[in-house]
Amino acid sequence: MAKKRENPVWGWHKKVLEKNSIVLTVGILGTVAIGGLVEIAPLFYLDTTIEEVEGVRPYSPLALMGRDVYIREGCYNCHSQMIRPLRDEVERYGHYSLAAESMYDRPFQWGSKRTGPDLARVGGKYSDEWHRDHMRDPRSVVPQSIMPPYAQLENTPLEVEVVEGRMRALARLGVPYTDEMIANAVNDIETQLDPYASDYDNFLARYPGAPVRDFDGNPDMVSELDALIAYLQILGTMVDFSTYEASADENLR
Amino acid sequence: MAETDKKDIDAHTGVETTGHEWDGIKELNNPLPRWWLWVFYASIVWSVIYMIFMPAIPALPGMQGYTPGLRDHTERENVHNALADLQTAREPQFERLQQAAAEGGIEAIEADPELLRFALAAGDSAFGDNCATCHGEGGQGAIGYPNLNDDIWLWGGTFDEIRHTLEVGIRSDHPEARYSQMPAYGADGLLERQEINAVADHVMTLAGLIEPTEAGETTGAEIYEFQCAACHGVDATGDRMVGAPNLVDNYWLYGSEREQIVNSIWRGPFGVMPNWGERLNDPTITALAAYVYLLGGGEPDEFAEAALLDRDPGGEAGQ
Repeated sequence: MAKKRENPVWGWHKKVLEKNSIVLTVGILGTVAIGGLVEIAPLFYLDTTIEEVEGVRPYSPLALMGRDVYIREGCYNCHSQMIRPLRDEVERYGHYSLAAESMYDRPFQWGSKRTGPDLARVGGKYSDEWHRDHMRDPRSVVPQSIMPPYAQLENTPLEVEVVEGRMRALARLGVPYTDEMIANAVNDIETQLDPYASDYDNFLARYPGAPVRDFDGNPDMVSELDALIAYLQILGTMVDFSTYEASADENLR
Repeated sequence: MAETDKKDIDAHTGVETTGHEWDGIKELNNPLPRWWLWVFYASIVWSVIYMIFMPAIPALPGMQGYTPGLRDHTERENVHNALADLQTAREPQFERLQQAAAEGGIEAIEADPELLRFALAAGDSAFGDNCATCHGEGGQGAIGYPNLNDDIWLWGGTFDEIRHTLEVGIRSDHPEARYSQMPAYGADGLLERQEINAVADHVMTLAGLIEPTEAGETTGAEIYEFQCAACHGVDATGDRMVGAPNLVDNYWLYGSEREQIVNSIWRGPFGVMPNWGERLNDPTITALAAYVYLLGGGEPDEFAEAALLDRDPGGEAGQ
């Protein structure tokens, strides 16, 4: 339905902008800049909104490799890692997730789809043996589960040698992996699987609170299952909620 | 691109074109639907209002926080209040539960129908969230995860013992965890394969699963006496002090097939139950203990004492 009155903006658009490529370019830049300013710029200083907590540290090399297995296998398609600040979720899963808890996650694994349960605080909730049984055949321990089995993980050797490169990449993105951590990474993977390893104390100094044991029950091989269970067992356990003051003013956000 | 100031009306549709033409193709200048346009404008207005009233913009670099907005809304405070309300609502019952458990144990809880209902409901809910994953939804257990409905208890089945197990866990990280370790006779090379087969024969004979075999009654019996009897007992009825299962009660935590028994001897099972003392609060643990106790297999205190003194108290519960 053609209008009688010419829209003045449209007229200006046609007569000036579309006929003058420099003006058009400047106009586009201006418009895009507004969008960028509002939507993108705040992301660069998001860390001002992250609460300060004690205990959150970068993943140990083994757990980091496990995280990559987690991502590769698409676990995030069915499991979230984000306990929302809602009563029922806190009742079921534990303390709601803090931004600081995933500050070294790149990319974060919050997710929004929960075909399976949330895993943000699964660390320490079940035994390693349960995780082994569960990965081998989920139905053997949870009859109603629809999770596919991941039995191949315990027979797949972990690609240990790539860990240094991955840590270096993360360090470049701001994860505080030190040169010492990166240099010891391959050794630390072995150490985390053996409570009697000679470097035990140094390992724990680098990664306080990391569980040290043979996660997959097979001391002869560093498997992907070792890495995955090491990752799952640290999830949500870094912050000590007995000392974290959730109701302090600066933490209510 | 041909352009004129004159309106160019498309002959087929009667709609004005933009005036642009590419190889004879013209673009109709249909206006956006009105409703769409208004929703678009309204959402822009709404976003501004939202930013004024609700937390919206992160603080500038070097500062902490964000713009709180006029409403000063915080989800965390909301959940705090919601949890505090819940706590207040449960407090009287939880206190009664704790008091009853401290003063009269499970009998005191059972004697008060209202309290019992509360304890079972709270226990059921906590069990579903935390315990069912290993022990099964009805506490029926699985291979490697004890059935909680029956009379068989590895570490004790009285109310207080169940509560303690929940608190510290089994072979968990807790310093006071219930702990013992069966040697991995095969994996660690303590016994030869034939020796393991022989001792499996012996154990299966003791349990009445097979007829005695020659190897079982000679080598097997000898190995049993030196290696196994210290924990599982000369009569193979187990020892709760070290969580050693009774081998003649016809209940097999790791399965009663020959391969399963051989495998257990080979690897030395090391079943872990996490300690729940840090994850769950005390009243919840009390409620869980009552729930598990009342699933069917809980042992009255005097029964457990007899079991400790005699190791074969007879009667109906706990062997």
